[in-house]
Amino acid sequence: MENIFTQWFGNSLLTYILIPVPILVYVSVFALYAVLAERKVSAWMQNRIGPNRTDKFGLLQTILDGLKLVQKEIVNPTRSDKLYFRMAPFIVFTAAFMGYAVLPFSSVFMGVNLNIGLFYFFSITSLGVVGVLMAGWASNNKYSLYGAMRTVAQIVSYEIPTALSAIVVVMLTGTLSMNNYALAQSGGIFNWFIFGGPGDIYKIILIPIMVISVVILFISTLAETNRTPFDLTEADSELVAGVHIEYSGMLFAMFFFAEYAQMFAVSGVIATLFLGGWQSPFGDLIPFLNTPVFQVLWFLGKGLFLVFVQIWLRWTLPRVRIDQLMTMCWKYLIPITLVNLFLVGLYMLIFK
Amino acid sequence: MAELRTEELTLNMGPQHPSTHGVLRLVLKLNGEIVDDVKPELGYLHRCFEKHAEAMTYPQVIPYTDRMDYVNAMSNELAYVLSVEKLLGIEIPERVEYIRVIMSELQRIASHLVAIGTYGNDAGAFTPFLYCFMDREKVLELFEMVCGARMLYNYFWIGGLSHDITPEFITKTKELIKYLRPRIKQVNNLLSYNKIFIERTADIGILPVDVAINAGVSGPSLRGSGIKYDLRKDDTYSIYNRFDFEVCVGTGERGTVGDCWNRYIVRAYEIEQSLRIIEQAIDKIPEGDVQSAVPKRVKPVAGESYVRTESPKGELAYYVVSDGSLNPYRVKARSTSFCNLSVINQISRGHMIADVVMILGSFDIVLGCIDR
Repeated sequence: MENIFTQWFGNSLLTYILIPVPILVYVSVFALYAVLAERKVSAWMQNRIGPNRTDKFGLLQTILDGLKLVQKEIVNPTRSDKLYFRMAPFIVFTAAFMGYAVLPFSSVFMGVNLNIGLFYFFSITSLGVVGVLMAGWASNNKYSLYGAMRTVAQIVSYEIPTALSAIVVVMLTGTLSMNNYALAQSGGIFNWFIFGGPGDIYKIILIPIMVISVVILFISTLAETNRTPFDLTEADSELVAGVHIEYSGMLFAMFFFAEYAQMFAVSGVIATLFLGGWQSPFGDLIPFLNTPVFQVLWFLGKGLFLVFVQIWLRWTLPRVRIDQLMTMCWKYLIPITLVNLFLVGLYMLIFK
Repeated sequence: MAELRTEELTLNMGPQHPSTHGVLRLVLKLNGEIVDDVKPELGYLHRCFEKHAEAMTYPQVIPYTDRMDYVNAMSNELAYVLSVEKLLGIEIPERVEYIRVIMSELQRIASHLVAIGTYGNDAGAFTPFLYCFMDREKVLELFEMVCGARMLYNYFWIGGLSHDITPEFITKTKELIKYLRPRIKQVNNLLSYNKIFIERTADIGILPVDVAINAGVSGPSLRGSGIKYDLRKDDTYSIYNRFDFEVCVGTGERGTVGDCWNRYIVRAYEIEQSLRIIEQAIDKIPEGDVQSAVPKRVKPVAGESYVRTESPKGELAYYVVSDGSLNPYRVKARSTSFCNLSVINQISRGHMIADVVMILGSFDIVLGCIDR
């Protein structure tokens, strides 16, 4: 079995209660410290110090910010749709969190080893768009509505290049289970799919295709998580704060939480598909580094590195315009991924 | 299928909005993301500057001019002071003239840095904004060293200056020039030639020359449309004719002449020219007393004067009428930002919401100057 809890407690109710606990704890801690990291990285890039008043290096900053948000009153705008207004942040957060169910943190720990894991991930995380649209409509605010409409257009369009660039790996492995991707990339850094995956010398043909796929996947996941340069949902200089505009207190914090949770979730998927997942880069050379505990560290390390890249981009690049965003998706990313798919198909036909 | 009913959406942008650069309210008529009409609503920052000035003595008006265009207070003071001096007909010591030019050019750099930084912020890039404000801080430190104030100086007096500069100021200014050149290059690499930034600004909000001239657009916004018009050269004042500098215009290096990118880049070019002027002036400052020509009592004979200057935002002029008493009979400011803003409706129709923000930012308006 993939899950260590199943080994320990058998197929009982206790197992199913216990499995989400470490994931939820991880997501909470990650979201808290990713916010701090975001502020620290931006401070570092901008020659500032960043938060440093609470504990050493501001370690308590986001926890205290969270406490402050809990105390805030939740204001319902006049003539807003109360039910949807309150429900939306939870839908957004749930969608982001449910994606974690299929992330293989290590060979012995993942929420559930679904045989359609990747498919599940893409479909469940895109449910968040319903919540965003709900929030935008229920807020009874024109800026929110604009933000929501932009998000829907953006996320629905970018689903396509995301899925198409991931399918390259699906074709090579012939599976949709997340854990199998990691298993397929065993044997060191050169067996990762970014370097063409395991195989004979002909796999070097695959390397450029794979690198392009990773880059496209990364760009489209940026768009799906609404991060700069694609943060048109919030677009603080045009739409003030987009869908977040009417939210206060904990409801706002939920949106914030969801954004950071999703940042790591998509990074985890990229890491699993192309960067070996929980595999150690040294492969069988140092078997000690491929034990389950280290596997967790490798996986988190790869995911957190990609999160860092997202933060890095956010503080470097300006924001694109909505039509440029759509042009990029439909005119460049999708055709390129289609060509990629075709080339991989050709490769498989000839060499496999 | 039945035709879907569509409606024009009216969106109130401002007065509290992060990118209207103050308390400007834009009423947008939107057709989806496309802007059909932009109507600026002014007056949220009106402080009756011109009426107040009539109840003040001439020197008492100077602090009020500071508060007009609050990011380039020195240039406002210069325009007013020159106008009153013309009315009085007094000779100004050479030393004062040199220091005034240096201060105005430093202020131009500071103002352009704010313009570039906030423009980056409008585009969604926050880091260049802080880089620019860090550099502006260095300029403000120089001002603080000389007159104690960082934003609103009351430094130029009628006939002189409130404080003399120190030798330390000269060395610090030379250091600043050395420090700024690579920094401007850095901001250019980070923002001006960034692919996304160019995509966002090039070919957006093209301001045709005839529209610009009819509306009285001036300064970098006019030069962005390719017209070589700079009052420092064309209608020279103070001692600007002694310095060698170029008038920068939008050349269409990226995009088309007259678009947002060209209006923006003129400012980045102008910082370099201002540095050149300071370099030439800083070594030639003659000795003298900066308050020797300050009149004990400013009481010009009845008459009027109009002096126009090239402020960082464009043509800034003061029309001062005297009736022979201690108070001015009338003070009228020709506001730069007011004229520049007036073309916004004409050039933003048909663009998107995000473009309106970029067009507005490219004129570098300051609401203190528009509403007075």
